[in-house]
Amino acid sequence: MSINILSIEGLNFRYNSLEVLSNISFSINAGDYIGLVGPNGSGKTTLIRIILGLMKPTKGHISLFGVESWKFKEWYKVGYLPQRVLFNPYFPATVKEIVSLGLLSKRGFSKGLDIPEETMIDEAMGLMDVLDIKNKLIGDLSGGQQQRVLVARAIVNKPELLILDEPTTALDPETREKFFHTLQELNQNKKVTIILVTHDIGSIGKYASKLLYLDKRIVFYGSFEDFCSSVDMGSYFGEFAQHLICHRHD
Amino acid sequence: MEIVDFLHYAFIRRALITGSFIALVCSLLGVLLVLRRFSLIGDGLAHVTFGSVAIGLLLKQHPVYVSIPIVMLSSLGILKLTEKAKLYGDAAIGIVSSIGIAGGILIASIAGGFNVDLFSYLFGNILSISKAEVFTAIVLSLVVLLIISLFYKEHFSTTFDEEFAKVSGINTKKINSILVLLTGITVVLAMRVVGIMLTSALLILPAVTALQIAKSFKNTMAISSVIAMSSVIIGIYISFVMNLPTGATIVMTNFIFFIAAFLYRNIFPKD
Repeated sequence: MSINILSIEGLNFRYNSLEVLSNISFSINAGDYIGLVGPNGSGKTTLIRIILGLMKPTKGHISLFGVESWKFKEWYKVGYLPQRVLFNPYFPATVKEIVSLGLLSKRGFSKGLDIPEETMIDEAMGLMDVLDIKNKLIGDLSGGQQQRVLVARAIVNKPELLILDEPTTALDPETREKFFHTLQELNQNKKVTIILVTHDIGSIGKYASKLLYLDKRIVFYGSFEDFCSSVDMGSYFGEFAQHLICHRHD
Repeated sequence: MEIVDFLHYAFIRRALITGSFIALVCSLLGVLLVLRRFSLIGDGLAHVTFGSVAIGLLLKQHPVYVSIPIVMLSSLGILKLTEKAKLYGDAAIGIVSSIGIAGGILIASIAGGFNVDLFSYLFGNILSISKAEVFTAIVLSLVVLLIISLFYKEHFSTTFDEEFAKVSGINTKKINSILVLLTGITVVLAMRVVGIMLTSALLILPAVTALQIAKSFKNTMAISSVIAMSSVIIGIYISFVMNLPTGATIVMTNFIFFIAAFLYRNIFPKD
């Protein structure tokens, strides 16, 4: 029996008079790899921020790991990479210091790093290929390197649910492929549940197990196979667009 | 004058000990404030101390003890204005700061002026610090240092990326409140070292100097502390030997450290 990681029921969000999300209901089980896609302004980032408790919904229920989100305390189970991290470019922190911040929710505060934690940090940096620049200042790195450091910060805690909001925007094509491959390994070998917000609908089809297409409401939620064979989706997107998405998945 | 002769005077020893503690606290908070682009909160709160010192003098109470609660409340006021009134930090600081100055002028005017006393708080006079003030300053500095060290990681995380810190389960509102409250206490203490007019220099200069040459976050904190304490010790020594105003000499010593760090960074750039 699969374990429920995230469950959303009847979620609505309005900003002033503007309806941003309408009647969103879906659930995610352990081991799922969800590609969350949709056009600009479709509410993807808003949905992620509501799941993470950074914004309050106008209506609806969210539960994380079976606990109502407002009561949820076990944030160490969740890894998160925001869409944009607007940090000061002169911030004087090394790659290792930044990655170690990802351990805060699990280990409590005020104590130094112990050996297992040092190992976890090294593993995360190794996985994201930033181990050799661990003593460099974050501000001295390229955009792509900074992004990999932030992903390492999100995964260092070995989260059970990893939420990544457009993580590949600053990555070159080679690094992007490697990154998708790393996520797939985390999902398949470490059983990490992943929600990946992306515009790269072609690439996500190769890796994710399910597609959640959002356009202020849920347009589609299900497996790629179901998406590709759906006549409704063919009419919604046009057959050419549907073929384009599904062709990459085949 | 030999250093030993210099240390012979009790008032010098008191100034060195108190000044070093206050400089240490200022330098650590300064790093957090500068990185959050909240540097001018020190200046704003210092202006509030002008009003609170005037209240203290009017009530014939020690201005430091009257100032601490008023300035702490004002620091929370700045934070709330930023959060609730949808103001940028600098605008909120501007409002609270001008209210502090206006209040001080009004109180001084109503009381017929406090000339000499108020002047000594404006420009500082650490050499005249009393034993009781030394005790208060050390105890409060230790409290501030303890709180900074207890919440070091939370401050680091919140300063770097507040949204991620929230998702890590950190109560960032509490952390922000702690930061401004500690800044409030520190500003009142710093007023005795360099005066109301120059308080923000003790918060900003050591931090920006450290940022020129630091190699990590911890390293920034350490360099900032060393520079701040060295500036106080060197500043007090020079001012005593050359008969210069102590507060201004401490600030200029800090500035010389900044210039040296700036030149070092530009002469020996990183790879």
